[in-house]
Amino acid sequence: MDVTKRKRELVEEFSPLMSKTTKTSKIWMIFLGIVILVGLYAFVLQFMKGHIVTGMRDNVVWGVYIINFIFFVCLSYSGAFIGGILHFFKTPWKNSVARIVEIITVLSLIIGPIFILLCIGRLDRLHYLFMYPRIQSPITWDIIAIMTDLIGCFIYLYLTFIPDFAILRDNSEKMPKWRQKTYKYLAIGYQDTTSQRERLHKITKTMSVMIIALAIIAYSVLAWIFSLTLQPGWNSSIFAPYFIIAGLYSGVAVIIISMYLIRKFYNLDHYIRKVHFIGAGVILLVMSLLYGYFTFSEYFARWFSHKTHDVNLLDTLFTRYFWEFIFANYIGILVPIVILFFKKFRTIKSITIAAIIAVLGLWLNRYLIVVPTLETPYLPIQDTREEFIHYSATWVEWSLSFAGVAAFILFFILIMKLVPIIPMSGIIDNERNGKNLKEKRTNNSN
Amino acid sequence: MENNKTKKGSTNRRNFLKLGLMSSVTAVAGTSIVSSLAAQEEPTESTGEKVRLLTPDGKMVEVDATNINKYPDAHVSPAESRKGIPNKKFVMVIDLARCKNARKCVESCQKAHHLDYNEEFMKVQLIQDNEEGSPYWFPKPCFHCDEPPCVTVCPTGATFKRDDGIVLVDNDRCIGCKFCVTSCPYSARQFNWGHKDKFDDKSQPYSPETSIPATEGTVMKCDFCPDLLRQGKLPHCAKACPMGVIYFGDKNEDIVTNGEETVRFSELIKERGGYRHLEHLGTKPNVYYLPAVDRQFPLERGFNVDEDIIERYKDVPYVQDLKKQGKI
Repeated sequence: MDVTKRKRELVEEFSPLMSKTTKTSKIWMIFLGIVILVGLYAFVLQFMKGHIVTGMRDNVVWGVYIINFIFFVCLSYSGAFIGGILHFFKTPWKNSVARIVEIITVLSLIIGPIFILLCIGRLDRLHYLFMYPRIQSPITWDIIAIMTDLIGCFIYLYLTFIPDFAILRDNSEKMPKWRQKTYKYLAIGYQDTTSQRERLHKITKTMSVMIIALAIIAYSVLAWIFSLTLQPGWNSSIFAPYFIIAGLYSGVAVIIISMYLIRKFYNLDHYIRKVHFIGAGVILLVMSLLYGYFTFSEYFARWFSHKTHDVNLLDTLFTRYFWEFIFANYIGILVPIVILFFKKFRTIKSITIAAIIAVLGLWLNRYLIVVPTLETPYLPIQDTREEFIHYSATWVEWSLSFAGVAAFILFFILIMKLVPIIPMSGIIDNERNGKNLKEKRTNNSN
Repeated sequence: MENNKTKKGSTNRRNFLKLGLMSSVTAVAGTSIVSSLAAQEEPTESTGEKVRLLTPDGKMVEVDATNINKYPDAHVSPAESRKGIPNKKFVMVIDLARCKNARKCVESCQKAHHLDYNEEFMKVQLIQDNEEGSPYWFPKPCFHCDEPPCVTVCPTGATFKRDDGIVLVDNDRCIGCKFCVTSCPYSARQFNWGHKDKFDDKSQPYSPETSIPATEGTVMKCDFCPDLLRQGKLPHCAKACPMGVIYFGDKNEDIVTNGEETVRFSELIKERGGYRHLEHLGTKPNVYYLPAVDRQFPLERGFNVDEDIIERYKDVPYVQDLKKQGKI
């Protein structure tokens, strides 16, 4: 059979990526492992000594952790959103990026909630959330939303993996025993018959719509944690849609960055082509325009109506956080727009640079939403202890943050060892469809 | 004895106490009030194993001597503390015209709640509403709001609103998510960031009504001293204030007292233009302020405190002026 042969070819093509570990990737993995270990040490320290080891104090009770939480959850949310859309509309060039998007979704959805756990003073009492739940608390909504989203995303990711697991199972004679067993187990008897394939497509399509809805709910609830309070910088009705746009912005940017890295380190120029970068770049352009529009509306209304407490907040932003504000809300939005707007600037490298600026700007934007607001409460902070007036993160918080990023990259590398980063079943589907189209055309011309 | 101590107090306060006791004698008030009364009115007849006691509704009962709780030993468990004192609606009125930043309220509160130098349930802030406005001392406890944002957002019910209007924190239940801290617009809450030796002092069992001992990784705040209220006493801050700034009482009975004079709550608010801080937020605080008009003391009197505390007010325009003139 033609398809069986093609499957074998693909497995042969991708198996070096999965089984062989190059020297650079070994060094990388060791490095990431060390970063994670330092983070674990920091965590143990925080767990033993309490939150005193962080830079958080009575006024700024949430710091870098919650910013990372928002950041990672928004990655996952936008991953789900984009993945769902790619699948639902059968985007022609989706196959090469779909799996990257899906892995980003699930990984960030695992790492994100870890950061919210770091904000909790008594981790030993975490089960109280289930023992004494109170449904009127937005935190309870958040737990429900994120857990549902996590399960939904897992199911979706698994569904998209099944055909590849089956291909790998059927062509794994040369692979070690444990891999054969794993693939056999994970493929749950999928034989790629027409009826099975159709059923799987149907389920995957349904799930792709479901996770779009789940992602919107989860991320709106996250925005509500801030916007339902009375704090001057948070109590804003546009926060939920603003967060969703911001999430998509950073999500697309992270997808571009990972596309660039995977293409470079795994020599996949053949699959991840310039057209993908330009497509993603144009989406990033649209998102940056929308995101810039939301950011402007948010701050413009505060500035124009100049309520006392809003003015205090803006004063803080434009004095103490002047450069951060300029970078987050001017450079982080305008530079990507300029790079992506002009056709001649749209090269793979410059699009990636725009994406990096977008990610950094967005992270800082989240920082400016959380920290300065807490530093300018309704009643002025009258204190003499510097750490109670101004927040600055300690090494514990930074090392845990970097550990989160490192874990993200490391898990990414490990998942790529389990399944090919370019879905083989997708390649076959594409070729099959192409053939059908050709046949149809020849039939029609006849 | 407890009895003698209360007799020494002014007659007005004695009345308040009586009122307090008389109206808090329903069954739910529980053993603590019964026993407190018993301990006060019918002290140690403990000749044998049985003791005859007068219950709040006037009946004589005989109970086992070992069953009697004595204040301040009477322990109100976290579960009991959720109910509140029946038929009460506690309210505080702070007369800004009299405050001279003597900080006695802060200090006595700290002492009673085993707080460190910088931990303050009651804070005295220096507020200048606008450039022209005259600055004033602003004692700020927890406002025990009727629409408390902290209670709404708490995911475990560790912070709760009682029937008597008091908002308490149960630090046995608190998971330390700090959402309540960010949702309180009055910055009334504090977090225990690290371990302190005083947390290990288990000589007194924990009760949300006393907030002692505090626990690492949980939230704490002003509790309106329900342990004293159950005994018909004023909270520590109100009792300690030498100027009689802080009135405390029961809205249901429309009576507040600062320990020296007892007045009608509604009249006080009406006649002296009482207001609540940041009323527009809709939190409906149970702490009212009387505006700082016809001051009894010049503001500068309040600078007779530690250097460290004066330093807190450095951002207030008035203080900056004073510093320029070299007066502080």
